[in-house]
Amino acid sequence: MLIRRSAPLGLIAAGAAVVLTLTACGGNSTSPTASGGASGAYTKTTNAITVLIGSSGAAETSSVQAAVAAWAAKSGISAKVQVASDLTQEASQGFASGSPADLLYVSTDQFSGWAKAGNLEAYGDQLANKADFYPNLVSAFTYNNQFYCAPKDFSTLALVVNTDKWKAAGLTDADYPTTWAQLESISQKLVAAKQPGLVVSNEIQRLGVFVAQNGGSLVSADGKTATVNSDANVAAYTFAKKLLTEGAAKLNSDVGAGWGGEALGKGLATMVIEGNWITGVKKDYPTLNYKVVELPAGTQKGTLEYTNCWGMSKDGKNKGGALDLVNYLTTTQQQLQFAKDFGVMPSVKSAASDYKSQFPEMTAFLAGADYAQNLPAQPGVAAVLADLNSQMAKLKTSDPKSILDTEQSAMTQALAG
Amino acid sequence: MSDHGQRPRRSGINRQGVAGWIFVAPTILILGLFMFVPVLMAAWVSLSNWNGHGSPLETGVGYVGGNNYVAVLNGQGIAGRDFGTSIRNNFYYALLVVPIQTAISLGLATFVNRRALKGKAFFRTAFYFPSVTSSVAITVLWLFLFAGTGSVNSVLSWFGVHGPNWFQDSRGIFQILLNALGVQTPANPPASLFGISWWEWVAGPSVAMCAFIFMAVFTTSGTFMLLFLAALQAIGEETDEAAMIDGASAWQRFRYVTVPMLRPTLFTVLTLGTIGTWQVFDQIYTGTKGGPSKTTLTPAYLSYDAAFTSQAWGRGSAIAFILFFIIIVFTLLQRMILGQADPTLPSRRDRLAQRRLSTLARRGTTKGA
Repeated sequence: MLIRRSAPLGLIAAGAAVVLTLTACGGNSTSPTASGGASGAYTKTTNAITVLIGSSGAAETSSVQAAVAAWAAKSGISAKVQVASDLTQEASQGFASGSPADLLYVSTDQFSGWAKAGNLEAYGDQLANKADFYPNLVSAFTYNNQFYCAPKDFSTLALVVNTDKWKAAGLTDADYPTTWAQLESISQKLVAAKQPGLVVSNEIQRLGVFVAQNGGSLVSADGKTATVNSDANVAAYTFAKKLLTEGAAKLNSDVGAGWGGEALGKGLATMVIEGNWITGVKKDYPTLNYKVVELPAGTQKGTLEYTNCWGMSKDGKNKGGALDLVNYLTTTQQQLQFAKDFGVMPSVKSAASDYKSQFPEMTAFLAGADYAQNLPAQPGVAAVLADLNSQMAKLKTSDPKSILDTEQSAMTQALAG
Repeated sequence: MSDHGQRPRRSGINRQGVAGWIFVAPTILILGLFMFVPVLMAAWVSLSNWNGHGSPLETGVGYVGGNNYVAVLNGQGIAGRDFGTSIRNNFYYALLVVPIQTAISLGLATFVNRRALKGKAFFRTAFYFPSVTSSVAITVLWLFLFAGTGSVNSVLSWFGVHGPNWFQDSRGIFQILLNALGVQTPANPPASLFGISWWEWVAGPSVAMCAFIFMAVFTTSGTFMLLFLAALQAIGEETDEAAMIDGASAWQRFRYVTVPMLRPTLFTVLTLGTIGTWQVFDQIYTGTKGGPSKTTLTPAYLSYDAAFTSQAWGRGSAIAFILFFIIIVFTLLQRMILGQADPTLPSRRDRLAQRRLSTLARRGTTKGA
């Protein structure tokens, strides 16, 4: 009897001891250092730097590796690149462990949540070329009036046209639509000529261009008030619904394509709304001929932009070295090299003219930088956008206003924290 | 037991006990460190406002009571609606997968257990093969097979059936059926249970979810076939022959002799099936990420998504614990139903009486000896 009772007690004691040890570990490894925001320069040490990236493929990986190695040779600080298969998950594990990667790709979806949780260092004001970044990219990585991290590169959406189908429908270069009315009539002309029309995916990340073109947005300019069900937005979604119901436009899922590039390459679409990653489509469909033009304007020109930044971990052990590396990676020269290696657009204005002369076929994407809108990215907003997308699957059969009304309350709730 | 002669033997048990504990100590330590402690920490996270920075046990992480659980269960806002949707999806998934896979695996087991069957080993391996293949690999295969222009739809087109674009189709199958019968989808049905409307509950699993249902049946039937096969072989020929002599037909022998004798295995299979279906994650993570229109969202995936993507670590852990209770409840429910429905199984009181009898009998023999 004695044995039987004492054994579980021992077990519990052992378990408690383990928990206590873990507590102690947790407490020690991340003792609150409370570095006061953006005050003063960071000290550079010789600690090795780890860079965690989510790569689009071998081209990007080797390009970033080469750049980081070049910096390591120049600075004398060793640095290595880790390629994450699931960046969000691996970064989260690092943040929780107290020894995260020094630098990492941070998307706008994750940025504000990580900034709020205290995972990221606000180093933006200490960047050497701070004034050179596009202002709307800087605002995408500003949280609580602090510029956190250097925009790595960016993409905008434009209209990509399959020129073979275009010619087959008897259309010329003069016919590229510049207004909503023209977009509608051209699409109908294509359908009448037995060619596919516009193909989009019904997610806010694509259909949101109509919102921007109609002068709408999902949140107010100061980012504090939800404006999801504004008249401009309802009108934009009603226009998109009209295109879909009259057959001028189809959804990716309706034509059986995973994304716009596939629809274009398989000849299921004559026009798609995609970003500058469209260049990759040539690998899958080498015979495809396409042309990129600016999106048609509604009441104004409008498009959406997407960007990532070089996030610096607050718990990093060599912030001075990390800042030095970011300065190196965001120089005009290095960004043009990245553009050449894997097709991204430089985030600094000083690279624009060189980029245009090297990639003349991409000018429409770069032109978008002047009027592009960021989707809202406050903490919790990503879930609202995901919910909006899941509702928009029923766009063809339901009332845009009622969907936007539901999401208006969800957005208000998210912005309230 | 309180005999004087027992004392030396007892110290023997003591030594053996110590040795036993030493032998199991590594396992207990490892299990404790990698299961017990993480579970306790997750339980704490589900009651806290931990934001993912540093350890959840350090100072500054606040206790928020049941707030995370309320946010999930009250059916309000996106968190509540998502949870309701995931429960709806997973409920239909379990409701369809568990009975179908149990029936198919039982059928396959009786098929490969037949004496007359040629190439038994081949069939056994073939049926078991999907179970040992990585679920990620099968999911990728499934995505290709069930693509809009995939093989499944090509085969369907031979029969003049225009297949749906499986993994993009968010319509519920009962909704399709009701619409075909002339019942219109209501415009704005009010929210009922867990923040989603009664119409969404009635709509049933989406076409995309059905593809996952086929996949689960395809992959797990082999595993359970193996369990049934082992049980069938343990029954032996004699019982069947005895029933045959009594004049029972093949179906009667199966229904009234074999199946009742398989009851313990049936319970195992149903329990494992229920647990497995409520924990479905890999397929969703690699396949659809909860889409189209959140119709393949499951609690396990939602827990991951809330924690890692939405940075709501407390809510993610709370969902995990709610899922744990759902599984416990369903397992107990099954045990109760299967235990009660069988008059041949002794009840608890009978078993106690039997034990008392056998103890008496043993004492009698000891005394006699």
